Amino acid sequence: MANRTLASRRQTVIAIFLVIGFIYLVRLFYIQVVDKSYTLSANNNVLRYVTQYPARGLIYDRNGLLLVYNEAVYDLMVLPRQVKDIDTTEFCRLLDITREGFAERMEKAVTYSRYKPSLFEKQISKETYGYLEEKMYRFPGFFVQPRTIRFYPKPIGAHLFGYVGEVTQGMIDKNPYYKSGDYIGISGIEKSYEEVLRGIKGMKIKMVDVHNREVGSFQEGRFDSAAIMGEDLYLSIDAELQEYGEQLMKGKMGSVVAIEPSTGEILAFLSSPSYDPNLLVGRVRSKNYRLLSEDAVKPLLNRAMAGTYPPGSTFKMVNDLVGLQEGLLDLHTRYSCQGKTSSPIRCTHTHQSPLGVLTAIEQSCNPFHWQVFRTIITNGGYGGIRSNYVAWRNHVMSLGFGHKLGTDLQFELSGNIPSAEKFDGIYGKGHWNALTIRSLSIGQGEILVTPLQLANSAAVMANRGYYIVPHVVKGIGEKHRKPASFNKVVSTIDKKHFEIVVDGMRQVATMGTARWFQIDSVTMCGKTGTAENPHGDDHSLFMAFAPADNPKIAIAVIVENAGFGSTTALPIASLMIEKYIKRKVLRKDVEEDMLNKKLY
Amino acid sequence: MRERRNLFSNIDVTLVVLYLVMVLLGWVNIYAAVYDEDHRSIIDISQSYGKQMIFIASSLFIALVILLTDARFFSTFAYAIYGMTIFLLLVVLAVGSEVSGSKSWFHIGSFGFQPAEFAKFATALALARFFSAQHINFREFRTRIIPLVFMGLPAVLILLQNDTGSALVYSSFILVLYRMGLSGNYLLAGALIVVIALSTLMVGPIYVVVLITLMAGILFFFIKRNRRNIINLIAILLLGIGFTYSVEYAVENVLGEHQKTRINVLLGKEMDLKGAGYNVNQSKIAIGSGGFAGKGFLNGTQTKYNFVPEQSTDFIFCTVGEEWGFLGSLVVISLFISLLIRIILLAERQRSDFSKVYGYGVAGIIFFHFMINIGMTIGLVPVIGIPLPFFSYGGSSLWAFTILLFIFIKQDANRNALL
Repeated sequence: MANRTLASRRQTVIAIFLVIGFIYLVRLFYIQVVDKSYTLSANNNVLRYVTQYPARGLIYDRNGLLLVYNEAVYDLMVLPRQVKDIDTTEFCRLLDITREGFAERMEKAVTYSRYKPSLFEKQISKETYGYLEEKMYRFPGFFVQPRTIRFYPKPIGAHLFGYVGEVTQGMIDKNPYYKSGDYIGISGIEKSYEEVLRGIKGMKIKMVDVHNREVGSFQEGRFDSAAIMGEDLYLSIDAELQEYGEQLMKGKMGSVVAIEPSTGEILAFLSSPSYDPNLLVGRVRSKNYRLLSEDAVKPLLNRAMAGTYPPGSTFKMVNDLVGLQEGLLDLHTRYSCQGKTSSPIRCTHTHQSPLGVLTAIEQSCNPFHWQVFRTIITNGGYGGIRSNYVAWRNHVMSLGFGHKLGTDLQFELSGNIPSAEKFDGIYGKGHWNALTIRSLSIGQGEILVTPLQLANSAAVMANRGYYIVPHVVKGIGEKHRKPASFNKVVSTIDKKHFEIVVDGMRQVATMGTARWFQIDSVTMCGKTGTAENPHGDDHSLFMAFAPADNPKIAIAVIVENAGFGSTTALPIASLMIEKYIKRKVLRKDVEEDMLNKKLY
Repeated sequence: MRERRNLFSNIDVTLVVLYLVMVLLGWVNIYAAVYDEDHRSIIDISQSYGKQMIFIASSLFIALVILLTDARFFSTFAYAIYGMTIFLLLVVLAVGSEVSGSKSWFHIGSFGFQPAEFAKFATALALARFFSAQHINFREFRTRIIPLVFMGLPAVLILLQNDTGSALVYSSFILVLYRMGLSGNYLLAGALIVVIALSTLMVGPIYVVVLITLMAGILFFFIKRNRRNIINLIAILLLGIGFTYSVEYAVENVLGEHQKTRINVLLGKEMDLKGAGYNVNQSKIAIGSGGFAGKGFLNGTQTKYNFVPEQSTDFIFCTVGEEWGFLGSLVVISLFISLLIRIILLAERQRSDFSKVYGYGVAGIIFFHFMINIGMTIGLVPVIGIPLPFFSYGGSSLWAFTILLFIFIKQDANRNALL
């Protein structure tokens, strides 16, 4: 055999070595330099992004009183693979759960992952945590993760503050800021000021090994960020007034809204029945939420904005204002009243006849206001009943009725000032006139207002012609930064006409339906209402502002099924005004009466 | 005195330097793979790198002993050494202890030892001895069958220990046979077998049968169409078809479930990232995340935090890839290729057939380990648990490779001695 030939085979062998080496280098170049997906996978393997949850901003009232703050709670987490040899009985006793509950939770956690921590028990209390902490070493595999939840030192303002809950998948899909497990404002101020209150989440990047054990921070924490607490809110709410209002409304269904007319700042905003906001916090939230939502008196309903009522007689001045503006009514206009025999609307009060606008407001005369309304619709200068109605409606809406006011709170209803099209639909175009829709003259029929709108209309009267969009937040953060500016809305009615109507409202308080509830040295201008409604007894309404000159407070009180405006809504409003202006209520008998009045 | 100086001056410095560099790099990467803050000392013998330091020191001692031994000792006692290791392989089957599924370890106290590692160089010695005899003629049946017995005996015994990877190493001696005159067609046939097997698994037997029939048809027009050639062609065709179906049958019915999954994962037919595919996937992630220049010494995360299994033994190349990147991989692969080429070149300059054949044996074994080990970490070869020579952690393997290489260095140093 030719040895030389065989010796040349070394070249083949060497070639094989080189080819394999070359193939491997090409492959290595591909996975190391060209394909970047491996780097990503490596990071997913080893880096854990641990969210640092910020505490939400605190909430203060207009006088700097703390109304909402945060309390630390602890989510009890479990890492199933590290759990071994624990005294289950004692553990269950400490947590106040059953053995079945323990087994169930463990199974859920194991199903999720043996190597990743999952939530074992949400928001254990400070006390439980206290017990647990000392004995934690006996329960390997369990650890706590601090969170903060809301706490309310006074059990007031439930509807105002709203509540905070865990984000749902829908919210996460809509806004990528939120990640599973985050908290978010669901209603009230918590929702409308969510972006201010929530703060900025921090991030710690930790490295873990294959068993998900922490092995240190990534690059000495160079890329970590601390959580930044949310900004504080300073409300326009007067906590003392709010609390007083809630006490007065105990046992009654309805709402009280008070506004500072010159600024549109809401002083009190309450809906009754209410509930202690602490009930909708933390681990008891879902249980309580269910109880509250099943309650027949609907404590979760925010009647102040989401409740709509016929305004009844409190609406009469609005018709007067339109008449005055349209030149169809003046101080000398007189209409007669046949009392109970009046047609088409009878009068429920006993007073002189014929009478002028001031007395008509003072005495809440139905026939007078029907005549005013009829004149506007029938004789208005817009060339026809329908056009006259449209003009009337525009005036009414300029006073803040029939549309959302655009406050900084969530879930506001528009109320209803029916459109001409609506009547066309009901009666047929050209087949309706003032008589057909006469109920509107006395604030009945299709008209619906929210308590907030009614209070706002009182502010319009107080300002003699305009309102500032009502709102609850005065300042944000340390520097009390102004929230988004709230517009001044000027009505279509001239100031001089307001002076006339306000005079009528003043007479209501001195001589008319409200004369029994005068406040010492404070002149109140107001109007009662007793609104018929299809659901039961009449609603008791009162809207007012005080003092008559230089008004400090405009208020609306609506008490459902409480009868005459003068028997419930009026005394409550007068007490609120006294409380706000005098800071002290001297009419103890009236106060006592109202506190004890239980209507449901 | 004269004798000694002569002895060391004839040693091939290149091989020794390559060996030392690789062993040292191996140690550095083992250190990085198992490094943690609590055990920084490099000679902490509770840690693998501390132990590896001892293995390295003892390997150097073994190397020195071999260099001081008479070169003729190994050729003289080649069969005896081979017989010894076969005996040990039999004993380990009877009384050995099992480590991760393979019954291949002797344990004496805390000291473990794997005879299979040593059977490799013993087989190389035996083959060298066989081929150094005068009348080598591959046309003789005897010349073909005896080397196969030498290779097959330890392979079967190791297979019985359930250590498939180490058994496969013996196929690397085909390189020796090739060099000694085995027809190149066998290499081609071997390659063809691998191709047929792989394509059968990937696309199914039908397509493969169609394809080889087509190829035989084409071949038919190119060969001399005499009776013998036609019979041969038909025989090869039938063999190929038979082989295709037996591969299919073997995978479906003979191979264990885990071997089947491993093959499927490699072929991309299965994505079993939690099971069989986990190792390879994590290994590729570790190497791939190294980038061009690597994450730097001790900065590897995938290997250090145990995402890669066996990161100091079979998957040591992951640490190289992750911490030193493509540049590091290039260096390691270049070192291996240089070593292999150097061995071949030295083998060719031997005057004694024994040394020449042994050299090819050494190159074959190292090449096979290199190809399988690195190929598996980058997902080109199924996961077969064999170490990367000189790099992987482990006393038996380091000693065995040291002995393997240094016997050759000793033979080479002695090449000018009278036969």
